[in-house]
Amino acid sequence: MAEKVLLARVGRKDSRSIETYLEDGGYKALRTVLTSGWTPEKLTDEVKKSGLRGRGGAGFPTGVKWTFVPKDTKGKPVYLLCNADESEPGTFKDRLLMEEDPHQVLEGIILSSYAIKCRNAYIYIRGEFYLGARVLDRALEEAYAKGFLGQNILNSGYSLDVTVHRGAGAYICGEETGLIESLEGKRGQPRIKPPFPAVWGVFGAPTIVNNVETLACVVHIVNRGAEWFSKIGRNEKNTGPKLYCLSGHVVRPGVYEAAMGLPMKELLFGADYGQGMKEGKAVKAVIPGGASAAMLTADEIEDCPLDFDGLAAKKSMLGSAAIIVMNEDTCIVRAAQNLAKFFSHESCGQCTPCREGTPWLHQVLSRIESGQGRLEDIDLLEKISNQMANGMTICVFADAAIAPVLSSIGKFRDEFRFHVEHKRCLVGSGTRPRELVTA
Amino acid sequence: MEFPAQARARIEKILARYPTKQAALLPVLWVAQETWGWIPKEAAEEVANILDLSPAHVDGVLTFYTMYNLRPVGKSLLQFCTSISCHLAGAERLMERCAKRLGVELEQTTPDGKFTVVEVECIAGCDRAPSMMVNDTYYEPMDESKLDALLDRLAGQA
Repeated sequence: MAEKVLLARVGRKDSRSIETYLEDGGYKALRTVLTSGWTPEKLTDEVKKSGLRGRGGAGFPTGVKWTFVPKDTKGKPVYLLCNADESEPGTFKDRLLMEEDPHQVLEGIILSSYAIKCRNAYIYIRGEFYLGARVLDRALEEAYAKGFLGQNILNSGYSLDVTVHRGAGAYICGEETGLIESLEGKRGQPRIKPPFPAVWGVFGAPTIVNNVETLACVVHIVNRGAEWFSKIGRNEKNTGPKLYCLSGHVVRPGVYEAAMGLPMKELLFGADYGQGMKEGKAVKAVIPGGASAAMLTADEIEDCPLDFDGLAAKKSMLGSAAIIVMNEDTCIVRAAQNLAKFFSHESCGQCTPCREGTPWLHQVLSRIESGQGRLEDIDLLEKISNQMANGMTICVFADAAIAPVLSSIGKFRDEFRFHVEHKRCLVGSGTRPRELVTA
Repeated sequence: MEFPAQARARIEKILARYPTKQAALLPVLWVAQETWGWIPKEAAEEVANILDLSPAHVDGVLTFYTMYNLRPVGKSLLQFCTSISCHLAGAERLMERCAKRLGVELEQTTPDGKFTVVEVECIAGCDRAPSMMVNDTYYEPMDESKLDALLDRLAGQA
């Protein structure tokens, strides 16, 4: 798939303005749906048929999620929340979509709101995206002025309000029930499920939470058909165009659009993508789906399609499609310590195994990294990890936190042992802030 | 502590967007921070008052999120991302160099009130690592010479 769909307008002059969006065929999908007799059910069916799976991390079929809203809401409103909390380390695709093509995101939000009969939608955007929030606010003003939002949109009888709601710095608010709690003006601590948000979400009402990229896809499903969308990708369970966030030790990091299932090697080495490793170094490990995804070794990235099932088959995940590449000089112990620090800092503190376990993982990894480790610390890390996850906590944060620890030990155990026995890194690492303490 | 009239008007507009007053808490705290540069206890109490919330609830929320300043910060809040992609690009070295040049520890403000250096988690600038923000603006990718030039420029501002 050489054609760009989601990124087609990125880089175009004045890509943020509604005028250029309209020139490029923008809001055509909205017009089609609202003025040519599409029912919300028809739109939902179309999205189901497209095979679109959520782009935020979990990969749940979007159209199916929408059908979980009860037919009879007993007089309660339905809410759509656009999850723009993009906080998974390594992920930066939604930032680009919002900053460069906000109307595409808005049109997706309006269409999706119509599908679930929502009259009031919120864009929950992470606090650090000041620019994204400003751009979206401006786009909202333009959309209201042109009658794409507000009362009786395009004389269809359908009305919708959209509000940009800024977060204030908390990774856990990307978890959908954490996001809901945060939107209600509380600490972003995830809720026990069930009830699921589609039944009992924000303000006690049925709520659908969809990722920015997911919502943007809906525009193109309407414009070009579910059939077209479903033909892009490796198979019928992994469909559509996909944004990949490539970072780390490659020549050309960036957001790249390709068909779902792009081979990992092509993303890293292809001329249209990463263009290979910086300074011709070898690949040591790749994190394929953000900090929460298990690391893969250089061998494992051979024949590795970047889609939901391709990475599940490697016992990792596509997650938010954040591909972080580490070269041969990277100290895996140090990388694992860095990831553990993130999770230790971001645990919401609600569940004991996670609140206590994440700092322990960070501390034990720091001990090994600083040359003070003992061989039994490696087993200890695995033991702590296994006591934290698999249903011990309210949300999957703890499962995410242990993935980099268990995968790095599982795949690079020798390097951990070397660190303990020799009190230094197995490899020269250019990334460490200070020389390792040699006791 | 009372909000100025303009901020008060903004708060009224915010309240109209939500079915509950409590839902306006994060946005109203942002207004408070923009008004005073940080959120003094008295401002938090005023927010609680306006939104019919207990001061304890507001305090709980304030301390949960990392972006509300619980004490004054420098005119330029230098936020260094050290999460994995920025780490791989040497972010810690850059951050330490910055703190050393300014003669402060992390979280500290220079005596002239111009700079505060903080370490932050992933700010979605991974393809332009190492990424940093000064107040609400991204500077990326950073390196030593760009950082020095930036600090010179910011130090020269009144």
